[in-house]
Amino acid sequence: MAAYFLRRIGYGVITLLGVLLLLFVLFFAVTDPDDIARKAVGERARPEVYAQWKTNHGYDKPLIINTGATGAGRFTDTLLAEHYRRMLTFDFGRSDADDSPISRRLREGALPSLGITVPLFVMGLVVSVAVALFVAFFRETYIDRVVLVLCMLTMSVAGLLYIIAGQYLVGQLLRWFPISGFDPNPAVVARFLALPVLVGVLSGFGADTRFYRTIFLEEIGRDYVRTARAKGCGDARVMVRHVLRNALIPILTNVVVQIPFLFTGALLLESFFGIPGLGALTVEAIQGNDFSTLRTMVYLGALLFIAGQILTDISYALADPRVRLG
Amino acid sequence: MSAPLLAVENLSISFPGEAGPVRVVDRVSLSIARGETLALVGESGSGKSMTALAMMRLVPKPGRIQPGAHIAFEGRDLLSLSVPDMRAVRGAGIGMIFQEPMTSLNPVTTVGDQVLEAIELHAKLSRAQARSHVIELFGLVGIPDAKHRFGAYPHQLSGGLKQRVMIAMAMAMRPRLLIADEPTTALDATIRAQILELLRDLSAKTETAVLLITHDFGVVNEVADRVAVMYAGEIVEEGSRGELLGHPRHPYTQGLLRSIPKAEARGHRLEEIKGSVPRPGHWPTGCRFHPRCPHAFAPCPGTEPQRTTVSATQAACCHLLDRSVEP
Amino acid sequence: MHWVSDILVVLLASAAVGVCRYVSGDRFWRENATELWRRRPFAIAIVGAYLLIALMDSISWVDPASDANALTSGKPRTIIDRLFVPETFTEASYSAPLASVAFYGGQPLLHPGAHLLGTDLLGRDVVYRTLKGVRVALLIGGLTSLVVIPIALLFGVSAGYFGRRIDDAVFFAMTVLASVPTLLLLIALIMVLGKGTVQVCVALGVTGWVHFCRIARGETLKLRETDFIAAARALGVRDGTIIRRHILPNIAHLVIITFALSFTALVLSETILSYLGIGLDGSWGQMIDQARNELSRTPVIWWNLTGASIALFTLVLAVNMIADAMRDVIDPRTRREG
Ligand SMILES: Nc1ncnc2c1ncn2[C@@H]1O[C@H](COP(=O)(O)OP(=O)(O)OP(=O)(O)O)[C@@H](O)[C@H]1O
Ligand SMILES: [Mg+2]
Repeated sequence: MAAYFLRRIGYGVITLLGVLLLLFVLFFAVTDPDDIARKAVGERARPEVYAQWKTNHGYDKPLIINTGATGAGRFTDTLLAEHYRRMLTFDFGRSDADDSPISRRLREGALPSLGITVPLFVMGLVVSVAVALFVAFFRETYIDRVVLVLCMLTMSVAGLLYIIAGQYLVGQLLRWFPISGFDPNPAVVARFLALPVLVGVLSGFGADTRFYRTIFLEEIGRDYVRTARAKGCGDARVMVRHVLRNALIPILTNVVVQIPFLFTGALLLESFFGIPGLGALTVEAIQGNDFSTLRTMVYLGALLFIAGQILTDISYALADPRVRLG
Repeated sequence: MSAPLLAVENLSISFPGEAGPVRVVDRVSLSIARGETLALVGESGSGKSMTALAMMRLVPKPGRIQPGAHIAFEGRDLLSLSVPDMRAVRGAGIGMIFQEPMTSLNPVTTVGDQVLEAIELHAKLSRAQARSHVIELFGLVGIPDAKHRFGAYPHQLSGGLKQRVMIAMAMAMRPRLLIADEPTTALDATIRAQILELLRDLSAKTETAVLLITHDFGVVNEVADRVAVMYAGEIVEEGSRGELLGHPRHPYTQGLLRSIPKAEARGHRLEEIKGSVPRPGHWPTGCRFHPRCPHAFAPCPGTEPQRTTVSATQAACCHLLDRSVEP
Repeated sequence: MHWVSDILVVLLASAAVGVCRYVSGDRFWRENATELWRRRPFAIAIVGAYLLIALMDSISWVDPASDANALTSGKPRTIIDRLFVPETFTEASYSAPLASVAFYGGQPLLHPGAHLLGTDLLGRDVVYRTLKGVRVALLIGGLTSLVVIPIALLFGVSAGYFGRRIDDAVFFAMTVLASVPTLLLLIALIMVLGKGTVQVCVALGVTGWVHFCRIARGETLKLRETDFIAAARALGVRDGTIIRRHILPNIAHLVIITFALSFTALVLSETILSYLGIGLDGSWGQMIDQARNELSRTPVIWWNLTGASIALFTLVLAVNMIADAMRDVIDPRTRREG
């Protein structure tokens, strides 16, 4: 078991190195660092300002091979080596747009992001699994069909529309919640988060419910369910003790992988509702041509994803006796 | 003769098809006396499993038991019982084991807990009492090292052991009737003999009636008291084991018996029944067996044969036996 | 450049005819297609109508100098353009659906009662803009997938079939790409490549191929272990032949279903890109994004949003429904025998 985990983590590290290579190709080889610098300081800036900016932001080295250096420096004193070194040591440097340290922005944004993603994640999960279990219980009846049609309809609406409609209906027409903004004060934070969470749950509802329903139906069709009935289990007991317990394994694998993303925030929701989290930071970076921040966000996203995968495999191995006990 | 333990009358089961409901079991009647072992034989798809599941009211959706059927168990009509009452019958009055021990056990629960659940559902016992009962049961069905096996997961047991667990689960509440749906089909030959012997011993010891579903006449010969033969959703012949194996009257039964390899007849060609079982919804008119029957004659395609009693215990549905029709 | 898209249209149309002939020639596919049509006639008709509109908006030609007026001369115009004549069929600014006066100010319109869904900020007809969006949407969802699928199949099938080094390499590439959250990767790619139709489609393709590739690889791995392929290999049938005759036909149904699902995902994700300012010009996403602020005006300007949203919703719903029915029809588990 331990050997399996070690191998799994090892592969994760290799994948991460691959991701870094991809990022390097995208952000240093395809985009010219000179371009970034020119965009940041302006076309008409004096050459020394331009050079100074490049030095400050670590763009002042050759790409892969440093012909000016000797010995190992030929390879270590380059953008490629520097990129790996900084990313792996979480030294993200300064924003290309406004020179603020990226690490600080990350620390500031994490809490508001978690404030929206965690309730969104928990509520979405509970609602989808509960509805899916309910529908699976009433499979092949009109309740099932109605919910399926609803899922299909909600799935076909663009996420952007949910946000617009939510802000318009609840914020402007009904005036229940503030339409946007954020206040970390625990007494009022819920008022600011209610609408984005509601919108987020709604936009994910259809696809998730259908997914969980399929899992439940698959389990309901299995032979052990018939065995449970034959020994006298009632419907509710069959659903909870047998079907849900078995379905938890595939559900778990689907859920655990999402946990790391709670940290990267919800791009659209945060930016729309004025929540100063990491999602909004990313949107800002896109709009401000802030490559270094974007690079960092992509890296963190991948890092968290890989961590999520490893976490999933471990929890899967622990949850399923067939894997755990081999 | 006293009232039978279980009496099925006029049982029909249908599934919705493209063009209206399709019957897979058609007007089946049969009965089982206390302590008796009845073997239900027939080719694949003839409706044996559905008949058995109907007795537990576990016909899978969207299948339906047609109105007009009666299933009397110990004098009560199971089809009109309330859901909680029916639940009390399952497991306690009638136990059931299935063909596939591999998939019939819950993979994420220990086998001990699964048998324990069968007890908890019907009896108010403390957990410790129930647990020792389970271990006792494991011993009874021949699971070695029962204490240790209590905490095992299904994937850790061999097929034979899993089927023993299934038997322990079905017998946990000492049901009066045990339905065994092809309990040995998925097992290899030596294990098959052991499981059959276990079933026979258990039913004799506990005076449990057994409905044994099989398509293996070797199994029939070893354990059955009586035999019923199903073809295309109907019971075509029934009788005591001796009668049926010695003097089968329905050409289908005769065909089935001729197609068994016999040790003394090695070298002879086996005779197979020509053709294959018609699918539900595509049953021929008249006698459903007539297209495959070597003795088919004038009335067979047109009129349905009536059930004709041959002796006090044997009866068959065939025009050859019906004296009013001239061959 | 207009002739490039004309040639593409001709290629696509002939490919479509070829596929139709293949489907009607093969019993399995013909039966599935008939069954699909029986189950989802409306959805298929809707998708057909969208295709037709996109087609009408893809064929363009330049009028000979003699017939052209000052506004249209020298510009290639599509059939849709010729139907609406956007050069003259405009107003000064907003007007409500079928209104005869402008929304602000109340001056009489140039075309009173003619704008079914009103006009936008620049006075452009909303119906016209919505119809123009059809082609963009099909371009995003369809063309991207059509380019990506062959590449993904090539990598996925050879990885699954040949295994070893090839599989290791493809699997690693897939893992790396899949490790970057799709939306972030998409954004990064567009930021790096620049904005524009081709760039956005390339970015969507790079993020989308992993999904197809994984399915193709997994399914090929499964198929490779089956008896009939083992037998064919033992008989010395060439690898190319096995892949063409046995593997590709057996994963075709999965590819089609995945195509339908990825189509809707692509079209929906374009709206997000539009919001972020990196979407395609003339897409529904842009219309929706522009319409965002119009909702907070009083009285509300709703028609711009309505046109794009309904067009988008209808297309995605129709494709989703077809994909769903397709899964039921050609799922091997529910597939009819014989
Ligand atoms: N869910 C279902 N929908 C439609 N038809 C079904 C369904 N389940 C079973 N059937 C049909 O009912 C018929 C009887 O099935 P049953 O399982 O009782 O046969 P059987 O005699 O037990 O065969 P076997 O020896 O293979 O177990 C079969 O022909 C089968 O096609
Ligand atoms: Mg059966």
